[in-house]
Amino acid sequence: MKINRRSFVKGSIAAGAFTAGFPHIWIKDSSLAYAAGGEIKVGVLFSLTGTTGIIEESLNKATIMAIEEVNAAGGINGMKIVPVVEDPASDPATFAEKARKLVLGDKCVSVFGSYTSASRKAVLPVFEKRNNLYWYPTLYEGRECSKNVIYTGAVPNQQQDEFVPWLVKKFGKRWSLIGSNYIYPKEENNYCKKLLAGLGCEVIREEYVPLGHSEFSSVVNKFRSEKPDVIFSTVVGDSVVALHRQYRAAGLNPDTMPMASLTTSENEVAAMGGDAAAGHFTSAPYFQVWDSPENHKFVDAYRSRWGADKVTHFVSEPCYFQVKMFAEACSKLAASDINPNNIREAVKGVEMMAPQGKVRLDGPTLHTYLWPKIGVCKSDGQFEILKQSPTWLAPVPYKAYENQICTEQGLQES
Amino acid sequence: MSEIIISQVITGLSIGSILLLVALGLAIIYGTTGVINLAHGEFVMLGAYSAWALQKYLNVGLFEGLILIFIIVAFIGFIVERVVIRHLYDRPLDTILATWGVGIMAQQIIRLTAGGELRYVQMPPSLGSSISVLGVETSAFRMFVLVVTAALFGVTWYLMYRTNIGMKLRAITQNREMASSFGINSNKIYSLTFAYGCGLAGLAGALVSPLKSVSPEMGTTYVVDAFMVVVLGGVESLLGTVASSIILGELNGFLAFFSNDTMAKAIVFLAIVVLIRFRPQGLFSSKIRG
Repeated sequence: MKINRRSFVKGSIAAGAFTAGFPHIWIKDSSLAYAAGGEIKVGVLFSLTGTTGIIEESLNKATIMAIEEVNAAGGINGMKIVPVVEDPASDPATFAEKARKLVLGDKCVSVFGSYTSASRKAVLPVFEKRNNLYWYPTLYEGRECSKNVIYTGAVPNQQQDEFVPWLVKKFGKRWSLIGSNYIYPKEENNYCKKLLAGLGCEVIREEYVPLGHSEFSSVVNKFRSEKPDVIFSTVVGDSVVALHRQYRAAGLNPDTMPMASLTTSENEVAAMGGDAAAGHFTSAPYFQVWDSPENHKFVDAYRSRWGADKVTHFVSEPCYFQVKMFAEACSKLAASDINPNNIREAVKGVEMMAPQGKVRLDGPTLHTYLWPKIGVCKSDGQFEILKQSPTWLAPVPYKAYENQICTEQGLQES
Repeated sequence: MSEIIISQVITGLSIGSILLLVALGLAIIYGTTGVINLAHGEFVMLGAYSAWALQKYLNVGLFEGLILIFIIVAFIGFIVERVVIRHLYDRPLDTILATWGVGIMAQQIIRLTAGGELRYVQMPPSLGSSISVLGVETSAFRMFVLVVTAALFGVTWYLMYRTNIGMKLRAITQNREMASSFGINSNKIYSLTFAYGCGLAGLAGALVSPLKSVSPEMGTTYVVDAFMVVVLGGVESLLGTVASSIILGELNGFLAFFSNDTMAKAIVFLAIVVLIRFRPQGLFSSKIRG
């Protein structure tokens, strides 16, 4: 029989309709199930190049290390986790494209990824449409209630509820808020202002600088002339480094006018130098110096795997424990039941010892119970932990919005 | 109130001095050879990385390293001129593409060799504190940058207007064929000029590195600033470059102080767009480059 183009096209359409029409026939085929041949495929979607490539590379490393540890300890009921690594190059559109490839092409059962909110928002439609799971390790601004994202980083209430009253008590009531000009700092400041209003404090300045801004001399002049008690900083990326260095070069004193930051980690401190960072405060659930057996193990393993000069920080730690959470959820399921829906149900309420302490995945919100800590930076570039929350803190992603609440059924408005 | 104004004037001068430092090399290269060097920011970045490498591996501080940094980056510039730019002097559009490519390559080479993380360059300890200028507290290091910039400008001006080589350069700028026919080796002068401009960019990178952050992508913001200065000041006018740096610095400083940095940036850009609409040759140049 001669195959001409028309009959070939007709045949393909028929075949396509057949497979699309009877998908259950193929799902039973073990070669197409999520867990096949003793392997569970997961995506790892952190930028290795581009503007946020620097920090995301450390997230990739923590994720890969956790996967290797799970596999070395026998895997998930004898099955190996196989990571499929993609480089989305710090570009939200590329994030979406690579996410589609991981979910549809590679049939990954979950994807670990993203540092910025912009990249998370870009991949969200892919995961919601395909009902897959995205594991997001970064602290972020809250106000999201997706059933297809597992959030293991802190939301505003977890970083601020302890931190803000503590600072008010220690330093005073006149606050200056400075942030980079995008959604994360605005939402954090929004919540901060609510807390400050409740404590009878005064916000004397709220200001935003362009992303990537590096000339802070006018900002520093304002600090000098207005003398706020606390400078609440949500400046991100290399701007953090420039702000701290110029504050220091101008001779301002952190003892009387400290900067309190939600975004300054060991990484930024290494780049700005210990003397520029010394005396300023950060609130986060994790610091590299945290003294616990789990953390010593984590830091040692990280350094021996990736190099003695590498630091762990408050985004790489959730990268590490969320893989362990994923493994624990999967281990409760039979191999044939491993799919995104079942993993989501299985991970609800999972508790485990993370380097920061015992964490718990909250069922209704899919966010995580965490242990906020307050650290002050020292001139050797490490933090000293001054205070830890007495209990783990429940995540409340809509805390600044009283009429909205994230539930198992999705966002409820009253 | 007067104290605030004095302190803002000084801040504006400081911002302006950094702008001038970054733009000076670009102004010379663009003004004399007509090459639009989009890799200028990467030469700034290479200067910052040279400072970092000297400090980390050879334990050479920023002061001691400045001359060495100038030589290193100027030499890289010299090679780039010999290999790439030389063949494109009469093709301005091609130089844009070629220098952009050189910039991307420089970024990736640094990323592959020095790594992608932000790097730390220590501020000379003697300049780490603040000093009092006209009764206003200000950063000693910023004042140091201001002084060095003024000195570099002086040297550049002297080279251009008081030396033999500068005279040849000006002759070539006016008419290359005519100058060549009088026996001036224009190839040699051009490559020296390009190398000198790159060396200045390298110094700029080294000097801003203790105030800002050092990363492979840092050059992209500087090249925009540098072009703003050159466009506003007008090509071929060294004094115009100085004046426009000061204007932009003061404008930025005051706008940022009385509103905020986001607004300042937007307003300054808008002002420049409006200006080049009505005065495309820039503020201080009488001649439009043909």
